[in-house]
Order: sequence, then structure tokens, then C-alpha cells
Amino acid sequence: MQRTATPKPEETQPVAALTHEGTGAGQGHEHEQVSELGLRSEPPPLEAQAASDGLPANQSAVSTAPSASAPVIERVYRHRLPVRISHWLNVPCLLILIMSGLQIFNAHPALYWGDRSDRDQAWLSIRSTKTESGEIRGITTILGYKFDTTGVLGYSDGSGRAFPAWATVPSYKFLGMGRQWHLFFAWLLVINGLFFTAYALISRHLTRDLAPTGKDLRGIGQAVKDHVVLRHPVGNEAKRYNVLQKLAYVAILFVVAPLVILTGLAMSPTIDAAFPWLLTILGGRQGARTIHFIACFSFVGFIVLHVVQVMLTGFFNNMRSMVTGWFVVRREREGAGHEA
Amino acid sequence: MKHERVMKRRQFLKGTFGAASLVALAGCDNLTQSSWFPSILNKTEKLTERVQRAVTSANALAKEYGDADISKVFPANGSTDPGTEYYAEHVAKQFSEWTVEVGGLVQTPMSWSLAALKELPSRTQVTRHDCVEGWSAIGKWTGVPLGDLMHRVEPLPNAKFAVFHCADVDDEGVAYYESMALADCYHPQTILAYELNGNSLDVPHGAPLRLRFERQLGYKHAKYVMKIELVETLAGIGGGRGGYWEDLGYEWYAGI
Repeated sequence: MQRTATPKPEETQPVAALTHEGTGAGQGHEHEQVSELGLRSEPPPLEAQAASDGLPANQSAVSTAPSASAPVIERVYRHRLPVRISHWLNVPCLLILIMSGLQIFNAHPALYWGDRSDRDQAWLSIRSTKTESGEIRGITTILGYKFDTTGVLGYSDGSGRAFPAWATVPSYKFLGMGRQWHLFFAWLLVINGLFFTAYALISRHLTRDLAPTGKDLRGIGQAVKDHVVLRHPVGNEAKRYNVLQKLAYVAILFVVAPLVILTGLAMSPTIDAAFPWLLTILGGRQGARTIHFIACFSFVGFIVLHVVQVMLTGFFNNMRSMVTGWFVVRREREGAGHEA
Repeated sequence: MKHERVMKRRQFLKGTFGAASLVALAGCDNLTQSSWFPSILNKTEKLTERVQRAVTSANALAKEYGDADISKVFPANGSTDPGTEYYAEHVAKQFSEWTVEVGGLVQTPMSWSLAALKELPSRTQVTRHDCVEGWSAIGKWTGVPLGDLMHRVEPLPNAKFAVFHCADVDDEGVAYYESMALADCYHPQTILAYELNGNSLDVPHGAPLRLRFERQLGYKHAKYVMKIELVETLAGIGGGRGGYWEDLGYEWYAGI
């Protein structure tokens, strides 16, 4: 597919200036065969072939200097166009879905299990109440435990509302328009998701880049330790997704996203009439609403972690790779300290 | 030096994100209030309707529950009392003179008194009511299948929608109405209900007659039904979008 990207002159130039972002120092890996994201899994072509075939210079490691300790700059075509398009479509979709979803939630700010919403059976509610002194407080009740969340949840900016104005679309109370935003972007997300899934299967992006290998899974302990101390993969290891990254992507793409769609559909009385088993497996109509809400906050958690990781591992390099496809990996022949 | 640069960059990013999100949020509000954008968002309503009608069987029955599942409290939402003098008189007479008229694009316009309706074969169903706000309640409804009435009045071939005219008016004097596709009138669970949980309907729940349109959200279930009019188009009725809530920005197709 994206085989036509011919290496531009600068791609094989020493691009030290581009690598100031913290991809960090190398750990002395020898050059090894890795499966690049968005690239073929065959052995990398010889330099000469790469040039004559017009293939991306995915292995075009170029020494900046004869010195053995000089960093090796490599440009990797990391994300193919369909992945990039799909990724950026997700950004407005998810933000608007989350915020319009909170608008819809505000219309009945309580969650339950089962088919009925018996008011005394809510496991979560976010409401405003008047204290004895006449003051209005926002009270969030989770499994019977009450928390005063005035200012954010339950009561904010002088009005009783579960989620505050800055978290909802529209910002003011308007269930009808909140639903219209939500359902429009829900369709867009579903279409985008189907497109991405089809692409990931056909291009083998899924099996090659996203599915964790046995080796990945055996290294999970080390990966957790590395993440805790914010030690990120560098060099060749930075070209592929690490095991926690793979698990996070697979979980969000193939567990949370389908779940959010299914629970969304399960709140539809028309769908329920035709597919009654949906509510059987999802814990009733209110159970589905609860799972929908939890899935929503799984997305929120994912987005926060994702954005933090993007920043920690080289914001501009990461952004460039998701915009243009090209990712810069810098390897140093000798170990050195971490940057930022 | 390097540290400073990193800090500056972080501040820059933070500021950019903050500003961008504020602008985006204000932008969403502006779009919501614009004259053109909601009609783009609303394109998905037709898509949803088409897809839902294509993948679900038109005769699929909404789940019917057992008596043990009935909600102890069935919330009453929307208008809970029409509050007009006309309606108050009917309440005083216990709706003994209430009639429902079925007309418009039909072969034989007819009207039934409440007593006459109760003479007709009835259907009782314990179903879940899903409000657009998100809550659900289960109740036992008894009423006349709307399809039976349709067979008697014989809709004309050009009739496409049934419009329900209701006795309630809002604070600004706008009369409540609702509508559904004619095909949905024949669904076995579409009934004109006069009983909830074995008792005559009370005022908050739509006495003496309310529509049960299982498979769609609560606001489609018109209360206080006085007249059913079959029409070819919804244009020209109320705000033209097919219902009181629809005129206020809710979807006409409330299957989800």
C-alpha cells in the first residue's frame, strides 16, 4: 500500500537536530531484525535495493560521524496513512462522545444494576442536596459512601448538575442536543472502528504490530518495572510497541471499544426487542448503562495515560510520526544517561 | 539550560491544550446554537432508523416481565397534570365522557368512549419503560391494541403517520402531541392503555388514555390522548417535526 514513499534526501541525512526529544540513550543493542510498525515483515531490503525499489528507508541507519560513540540516526516509517487517519478521527470522536455522554448522564445522574432504576438501589449517584444551614452541596454517593464533591460533581458554578459545564457538550443543560452530538459521533466512531479493524486485519497490522508475542508476555515483569521508573525503550526497541503498550492498545481497541458500542446499543429499546440476549449478558438495561459509563472512564484513563506517554517519550517525534508517519530513532553505540 | 527548555515546552503545551479545549468547548456551544449544524448532526437520525429497521424484525416483541419485576414506584415524568379547566372537568366526572376520536386519512372516521374502548378485546403486558433521561421502570399496562382500531377505521393508502393529540398544554400554551409511523401502530404491543398495574390510569401517568409504544423511548408514549389523526406528512402540525419534544430538539425516531 504505502510503498510509494520514496526516501527524501533529508531522510538519510544526519538529523541530530530532530532527535533532541527524549528517545533517550541506547542500551547497546546490536542491530537486529525487528518488525517495523506499518512495514513488511520480510527481512529488510539491502540498502541498494531499498533505494532502487523506492521503498522507504526503514533501515537507513546512517552514522553521523566516524566515531564509534556517535549516535546513529534512523528514520522509520512508523504509522501508515490508514492508521494515521483513523487515529486522528478518534480524537474528536472520543472527546465529543465522552463530553456529550456526560451531558446525557446528567439527565439522570445515577447508576444501577439490573433492568430497573429503583432510586434506592443506585450504586452511584451525583446529586446536589441542601444542608441544614441552607447551603447547597454536591454529594457523590458510591456504594453508600458519601463524598462532598461541591465545585466539580453535583454542584458547580452555582447550579446543581452532576458533571460541570466544562466537561459536557453542550456546556449548558440540553439533553436533546447532547444526544444528537452523541449519536452522530457514535456513528462516526463505529464506521472508523470498522474501517480500522478491516485494515488492521488485511494489512496484518494487528497480528504483526499489536498482538503481543510470547516473548513480549514473558518480559511483562521487566516492562512494568521499566514503566514505573519511566525508563522507555530506545533504539531498535523503540521501533516496535512494547508489551504494555500492545496490551493497552489491544484492550482499548478490541475489548473496551466493542463493549462501549454493545452497551450503547443495549440501551436501545428497539435493539433490545430484537436481541434480548444482549441485556441478559450485560446485566440488564441499567447494568448496560453502568458498563457504558465504566467503559467511558476506561477511555478517559487510557487517553490520559496515552497523552502522558506521548509527552514523556518525545512529544514532537511522536506527533510527527502520527502526522507524517516518520519516526526518528536514535541509537548510541555506548550507553549514556537519560534525557528528560 | 536543557531543563529550562523542557519546562518552557511543558508550559507551552499546557497552555496550548488549555486554550484549545476552551475554544473547542465554546465552538461546540456555538455550533449547537447555529442554524445549520444541528441539521447535520440530525442526519444520523434517519441512518439510525434505517439501520435499526433493517436489522430488527418489525414484529419483535419487547421483553415482557413477570409481576414480581414491577417497579414499586413508577416515576411520572414530563407533564404530570394537564391543568386545564377542560381536563379538570373530565377528572371530576372520572372520565365518563372522555372520547377518543380516530380520523384524518381514514375510510371511516370513528370515535370511542372510554367505556366502549374497555369493551374491546384488551392486551395486558408487563414491560420496561426506558426514559430518554436514562432511567427504566417496569409496569403492567392494559389497553386496546391500536392495530385493532386501525383495522376498524381503515387507513387510506396515503396515510403514513398517526398523530396523537393530547389534552396537555405547556406553560406557554403549546399543545402536546406525538406521532408514529403507521406501520408501528400495528405492532402487537402498541396499545392505548387505560390501566397501570391493575388500576385505572392516574393523572400523573396519563389518565384516562395513554399510548404504549414499546421499543421506543418514553417521550413517544403520549399521555392524555384525545384524538388520533392519520396524515401523510408531519409538516404543518405543531412545529412540524412530529411531536412536542421533537420540536424542542429530540429525535422523532426514538429507538435508541
